Amino acid sequence: MQRLLSLLALGLAASGPAIAQDIAVTNGRVITNTDQGVIENGTVLMRDGVVVAVGNDVTIPDGARTVDAEGGWITPGIFAPFTQLGLIEVALEDSANDASASSTGFSVAIDVADAFNPRNSYIASNRIEGLTRFAVFPSTGGELFAGQGALGNTSGRNDSLTETGAFVYADLSQSGAATAGGSREAAWLFLEAAFDDARAYPGRYNGGSEGNVLSRLDAAALVDVTRGRVPLVMNVDRAADILRAIRFAEEHAPVQLIIQGGAEAWMVASELAEADIPVLIDPLRNLPASFDSLGATLEAPARLDAAGVTVAYTTETADGYFNARLLPQHAGNAVAHGVPWDDAFRAITLTPAEIYGVGDQYGALAPGYVADVVVWDGDPLEVMSAPTHVFVDGEETEMESRQTRLAERYRDIEDTTPFGYRH
Amino acid sequence: MMTYMTRWAAILAATVALASCDRGDSSPAADEDGDTAAASRNGSEGGSGESDIVRINLDPYPSTYEPLPSGTTMITNATIFDGIGGRIENGSVLIVDGRISAIGTDIEAPEGATVIDASGRFVTPGVIDIHSHLGVYPSPGVSAHSDGNELTQPNTAEVWAEHSVWPQDPGFARALAGGVTTLHVLPGSGNLFGGRGVTLRNVPSRTVQGMKFPDAPYTLKMACGENPSRVYGNRNSSPATDMGNMAGYRASWIRARDYRDSWHEYWEDAEAGEDVSPPTRDLELDTLMGVLDGEILVQMHCYRDDQMAQVIDMMHEFDYQVTTFHHAVEGYQVADLLRDNDICAAVWADWGGFKMEAYDPIRENLALIHEAGACAMIHSDDGLGIQRLNQEVAKALSDGRRIGLDISEEEAFAWLTSNPARALGIFDETGSLEAGKRGDVVIWSANPYSTYALADQVFIDGALMYDRSDPDHQPVSDFELGQPGEGDD
Repeated sequence: MQRLLSLLALGLAASGPAIAQDIAVTNGRVITNTDQGVIENGTVLMRDGVVVAVGNDVTIPDGARTVDAEGGWITPGIFAPFTQLGLIEVALEDSANDASASSTGFSVAIDVADAFNPRNSYIASNRIEGLTRFAVFPSTGGELFAGQGALGNTSGRNDSLTETGAFVYADLSQSGAATAGGSREAAWLFLEAAFDDARAYPGRYNGGSEGNVLSRLDAAALVDVTRGRVPLVMNVDRAADILRAIRFAEEHAPVQLIIQGGAEAWMVASELAEADIPVLIDPLRNLPASFDSLGATLEAPARLDAAGVTVAYTTETADGYFNARLLPQHAGNAVAHGVPWDDAFRAITLTPAEIYGVGDQYGALAPGYVADVVVWDGDPLEVMSAPTHVFVDGEETEMESRQTRLAERYRDIEDTTPFGYRH
Repeated sequence: MMTYMTRWAAILAATVALASCDRGDSSPAADEDGDTAAASRNGSEGGSGESDIVRINLDPYPSTYEPLPSGTTMITNATIFDGIGGRIENGSVLIVDGRISAIGTDIEAPEGATVIDASGRFVTPGVIDIHSHLGVYPSPGVSAHSDGNELTQPNTAEVWAEHSVWPQDPGFARALAGGVTTLHVLPGSGNLFGGRGVTLRNVPSRTVQGMKFPDAPYTLKMACGENPSRVYGNRNSSPATDMGNMAGYRASWIRARDYRDSWHEYWEDAEAGEDVSPPTRDLELDTLMGVLDGEILVQMHCYRDDQMAQVIDMMHEFDYQVTTFHHAVEGYQVADLLRDNDICAAVWADWGGFKMEAYDPIRENLALIHEAGACAMIHSDDGLGIQRLNQEVAKALSDGRRIGLDISEEEAFAWLTSNPARALGIFDETGSLEAGKRGDVVIWSANPYSTYALADQVFIDGALMYDRSDPDHQPVSDFELGQPGEGDD
């Protein structure tokens, strides 16, 4: 994994907005996601992009900028663990969609960082709804492996990808079976052969030789996955497929497996908990949309929780490049179906950070954490609530997007100013 | 695969409508021309020789829906949104023999009534979704279930969605748990004229006839924009462009006008005792004639403001009415045109970006259209979205308020009840809590604008069709019986 954060980010900061300032957000209900729990009438103090104090007796330094939460909620920023932010501007236009490559010969080596656009218009429209961090995924094209994903923030800055090569994504569901030649057996055999190629890399490729299934570049990209240094995120829904995935992880220790999809994960929850394999699941999936997801139910998050499985929520059923911003709504529905509020909120903040190995930096409000802070006018999981302020890396961001500009332009339809001159 | 199988049916599917909101409170056939035409086409009265006059049966696949037996139910101590802008605290709703008998604060429960204490809970009309593909794109989404788009020619006004509806779609029961009592199922949007839509009661049934909303007007799905031009352009046939789309509609309306005139002339001459032969029946033109005669409501899929304006001109050119623009992602840009032309807009709260014509969606769309005085409503176009239309309206309402619009909770509840009822021509029967209407009622566990609110009980025609606490009142489709998900919500 390449960590681009820390010194590199600070070095680049000179080209971005100024940050070196104390900012205190006061007078709010602070959700810390730590042992401090919920702090009523609390304050969060940020300095140079990092949280330095949280509590209701925080001393605000002279010269600090103060933001009054006006009795609202102050929370860590939302962390969306399964998105395509920055890859797609218009989904049906190939020229504006870099999520997948249907006719490439490459697979694991494909890296979303090469396409990610921090100026994609949906970065801002997601940020103003409280989303500050995300994992960005490639889609599978013609291969079982989609490629490598990245972690990033919604600042819109040039350095907004903080970690590239953060994980590798593979599809072992029915659609993965299709890309592997037409059956699940073929898909698993392909995966086994790919791991074998990676383990034999580079020796097998000496002298211009090729691997059994992977090209040289793809095998090289898979090496860190086989060694457990980079997690493998696997799309599977059917309970039987999830059990097969657990067996794969056992047989290929120390591989780090993350299940994505997981419609029937609750049916094998104890096995997942025992294997300590986390699940990325959309709480709203409850239709038997395919024969892989006959067990899909709104009760799944609560059942997984009860079994002790580590769960983070996704917006898999909403477009991941556009509506990752709906994550709080999805989490709220998990609460409506039995998940404790604290657990549901963690499932869209701290838990995804932990799953990606960055839970010591993101997802909580505690000294030392990156200052991704959102101020809301109410319970963030309520659909009628919205952010009033969003800080990314300790910098306050504009509460504006292309969509809000359009709304302003057409807000007064009877005004006689020509629309084209309203800007 | 990253792409979840949602709404894609809709992207390649579309809708159209005809009665305006303002006059949707009666069957569209009630206008004068419609009455005359309907009588001519379907009536049995007439002069001598009537038995020899060829008529067109307007209802050859009639509804067989019968409400489940229900007694007298009194829901009390509730906060009530009546669906037409009213709010009653500590109110009661009395349902007798399947119909709402009274609503207010000082209603006595008749002897023998089942009394439900809804203290702390909310009571509203049943939710109506004007844009659904349940049944025509059912779960599971296997290839054999792709029954919503007859993509064989750009005008398939002859196909009827009801002939594709699979009543065992598990999505119906999920929608019921979300408070949906009535839904309008449409063909997709891959064609200029996609075919007829059908309005259904959301009740378990072996047959679609057993779900059909009695006497609801037929609808015609039409589609603007990218979908038809992409489908046929990719085949190197017309329409391949927006201008091809318009030419395709207009050519069809010209044929439809001639067809209508030929039948009307035939009926007039035949009724006058002349020895005339009837025109040749044409299923496609039957539907278009129904639109021109005001009997069939046009529900039209359109995203862009300029395209809606073109369609409005076409509507005047051929003297018919578009009832509702569906999706109308840029409806906020032509809200005044919609209002002035009596056209409703059925929209999402916050979806777009999936294609170029959906590139300018704003969260305030629904509220701004409403504010301009046009008839606005939410729609799902999705098997998951239909389960939470209350939350979608909540988002649209709060976003509208944040840019300064003054809209009350009770006013906005029209967006998922009375406004879709008007746009489907069934507002006389449902869509609000008023004495005499069907007993379509939802008891919510909390304010339905809360993410945490769930439908506790759902009544259709006074019968308890869903009870969250009682598995015996939760339908399970044939498909789910014996499957892992049986009985789960």
